[in-house]
Amino acid sequence: MNDKSDVLVIGAGVIGCAIARELSKFKIKTTLLEKETDVCSGVSKGNSGVLHTGLYYPKGSLKAKLCVEGRLMFPELAKQLDVPYKICGKHIIARTEEERKDLEDLKATGEGNGVKGLTIISGEELKSREPRLDALYALHSHVAGIFPPYLFTIALAENALNNGVKVYVNTKVSAIKQENGCYKVTTNQRVFYTDIVVNSAGLYADRISAMVGLDDYKLYPCRGEYLLLDKTCGDLISSMVYPVPPKVAGVLGVHLTPTIDGNLMIGPSAEFIDSREDTRTTKEKVQQLIDGANDLLPSIPLNQIIYAFSAVRSKITPPEEKTSRDFIIREDFENFINMIGMESPGLTASPAIAKHIVQIIKRKKDLEEKTDFDPIQKRTKPFSKTSRAEQASLIKADPAYGEILCRCEHVSKREVLDALNNPISGKTISAVKYRTRAGMGRCHGGFCLPKIVEILEEEYGIPSKEIKLKNLDSPLFIGRTKDLRESEKSE
Amino acid sequence: MSEIKSRDADLVVIGAGPAGLAAAISAKKNGVQDLFVIERNDWLGGILPQCIHDGFGIELLQEQLTGPEYAQRYIDELRKLEISCMLSSMVLEITPEKKVFVASPAGLFCFNAKAIILAMGCRERTRGQICIPGTRPAGVYTAGVTQNLINLKNVIVGKDVVILGSGDIGLIMARRLTLEGAKVHAVVEILPHTNGLPRNIQQCLIDYDIPLLLSHTVIEIHGQNRVDSVTISPVDENLKPIKGKEQRITCDTLLLSVGLIPENDLSKKCGVKLSSVTGGAVVNETLETSVPGVFACGNALHVHDVVDFVTLEAERAGKSAAEYILGKPRKMERIRVEAGNGIRYVLPQRILRCTDLELSIRVACPGENVTIGFFDGKKLVKKKKFRKVHPARMIKIMLGKSETVAIKALKVEVLGK
Repeated sequence: MNDKSDVLVIGAGVIGCAIARELSKFKIKTTLLEKETDVCSGVSKGNSGVLHTGLYYPKGSLKAKLCVEGRLMFPELAKQLDVPYKICGKHIIARTEEERKDLEDLKATGEGNGVKGLTIISGEELKSREPRLDALYALHSHVAGIFPPYLFTIALAENALNNGVKVYVNTKVSAIKQENGCYKVTTNQRVFYTDIVVNSAGLYADRISAMVGLDDYKLYPCRGEYLLLDKTCGDLISSMVYPVPPKVAGVLGVHLTPTIDGNLMIGPSAEFIDSREDTRTTKEKVQQLIDGANDLLPSIPLNQIIYAFSAVRSKITPPEEKTSRDFIIREDFENFINMIGMESPGLTASPAIAKHIVQIIKRKKDLEEKTDFDPIQKRTKPFSKTSRAEQASLIKADPAYGEILCRCEHVSKREVLDALNNPISGKTISAVKYRTRAGMGRCHGGFCLPKIVEILEEEYGIPSKEIKLKNLDSPLFIGRTKDLRESEKSE
Repeated sequence: MSEIKSRDADLVVIGAGPAGLAAAISAKKNGVQDLFVIERNDWLGGILPQCIHDGFGIELLQEQLTGPEYAQRYIDELRKLEISCMLSSMVLEITPEKKVFVASPAGLFCFNAKAIILAMGCRERTRGQICIPGTRPAGVYTAGVTQNLINLKNVIVGKDVVILGSGDIGLIMARRLTLEGAKVHAVVEILPHTNGLPRNIQQCLIDYDIPLLLSHTVIEIHGQNRVDSVTISPVDENLKPIKGKEQRITCDTLLLSVGLIPENDLSKKCGVKLSSVTGGAVVNETLETSVPGVFACGNALHVHDVVDFVTLEAERAGKSAAEYILGKPRKMERIRVEAGNGIRYVLPQRILRCTDLELSIRVACPGENVTIGFFDGKKLVKKKKFRKVHPARMIKIMLGKSETVAIKALKVEVLGK
């Protein structure tokens, strides 16, 4: 009991990490639990990585308020946390006069939410900005942007850790009980005690809530599939391109998103599914994405697809409802704060949600600010993003920068080593991938995987059987040569 | 003050696989003194050291060598000729002015090259590129990566294996994994014919009773964290899965041998024109690309069936680069070479001068008693009959100087029976 936390946050997605980092500004004990091997392993990872304008949400809703606030807070935060982003703007295109009305409605909603500078432009003007697009009109937001959600989440978590938050991965909550005036949180690893619980469990928030007896939340898992195109495609468009949103609750339609690394993403699809674990990609949806992309951008080179992936949204809006329900963020039970239905625009809103949660906690606890909070988080300088002259200096200072382990993304051994030494996640291939981009390119790890395996074996002494792809249950190898032959003999 | 180490060089060879080695040796023998071979791995020989099976050198050396043995012949010669090699060195960029930027632990180098030979080899097509539906667990590997892991790192990827694609590396790995004690449940090929060399079908599958399922494909991968099974299905003549015929195979590993793609990311940046058919540069018979002084050979130019042809081609590239550097007279492009009916591609795509000429040809589909015709416009100038042709086997044909002297446009096609 003597290591009792003041606040325990369940779930290290972007919102949980943003909350943990915000709480690390105060003289309290904060604990962050994550059931997966790394932070940003669920909904926060599998999305378009968009800094949303705040167009789609009804005035006065939490979604509208927190999205706009979060967007305005983001640039400063990104600077502190060394997270790359680009305000590339966004065009929602209309192909009929009828759709123009939808654009007017979106513009009005956005302006009602305090968004400035929204304009509806003609097809010709769109063409002058985006020569490959054909439309009658487009709604332009110049404030929308793109960023890698995993780098942002990892930086939030690492900065929280540096400022005193205790972070536990591979730690899955199985029971929560009130005991002696605090909460006893049982996990697969150990028991935690805390005054306040913040339920930021995303897709599993309803289950966490049910552990304290609040079992009336129902989440409707809604899968979104994406296709990722090679870096040769990043300059086909310079802004995000969306259709007028389909009349389905809270989805934005198949859109095209350039990434800051020069790829192009197609997606997501929207499909209500039975199991929230079901992150398959499907033939049908891949085809739907291809059709959708062809429709928006007929010249899109589909032979440049390098990866398909999917993630599941945590919706509280039932499939039959046409308007999306708002976020639920409230103290549902004494000292138990629920966040339910944290779907889009949760990523954009996350900094504002963190502030919002701190306000709720302030009503319950005296929060005294630290004097030594360090907001700055540096990541290893990515070799590929520096000038040739700077690359030369980096190598001179540290020859590990001169050994390029990933041929597609030009990731150096220095970056890989630093990712393996990260303070939160285990030494998995995925931990390296999301921190450095090694394995995210067109060869999908063909070149770097054997090299990372060699480092893990030779420099860290990890036996090949213990090397994992993404979590404890994803071994890459069954053993060494001769192992199977030996076991055959002994049978 | 920049720390970039700048240097002039007559020739920079990119890649020290079989193509790069042979090209460098040939260039040196033809008079190029100031040359560098840049290799991103910390060994010479490229992919060959992981190819521990035999069959290398049959065409060229009339010997059955393993990959490492074959490579060693050329490594030894390279050493003897005292050709400079930079290992663990990655070419980051080639500019149209033939500046070659190289990252290595020794520093960042910039070579101002008179000529460049592109010998980067090829990479494997991945699961993502063919969009196999399903989950994304551990246990999905390309065949070449598996070969690297098993032969160079001595780790085994799985014990119950399904292989998609009948490319040669997949076939070789079917045998290798079987010898290692793993069970290869099936090799699944979407086409009605195999993609590998006939000798590999015999020696790697038939000899080990490994089932080959033609006109089948993998339609879904299962398993949340590690592969637990795959669903396969027969396909119709349009290569579409036939509904209701699916079959689930329990396995822990899916190996992919679904094609090789010439590596040309560097080539694109320096302005080299690429062929959409081969994935490599468009070249003339000196193997010069659309950028003067930049030559291409080996699997970076087009994917070869056997390494012997890579070596021979690379030797020509090395000789051509030497002639370019030493200022031998050159002619403008004269003849276009076109792949006609039944032919997937012909290399070179351009011919400069009347000379004895070697054409590399791949047919579009397998056949028996096939005649390939060589046309100048509509006029048949030569024909050659083959008892068997197969897309996996490269056909080499020599055209003599007397045959090319009058030609204005060369078209190669399979003649109707």
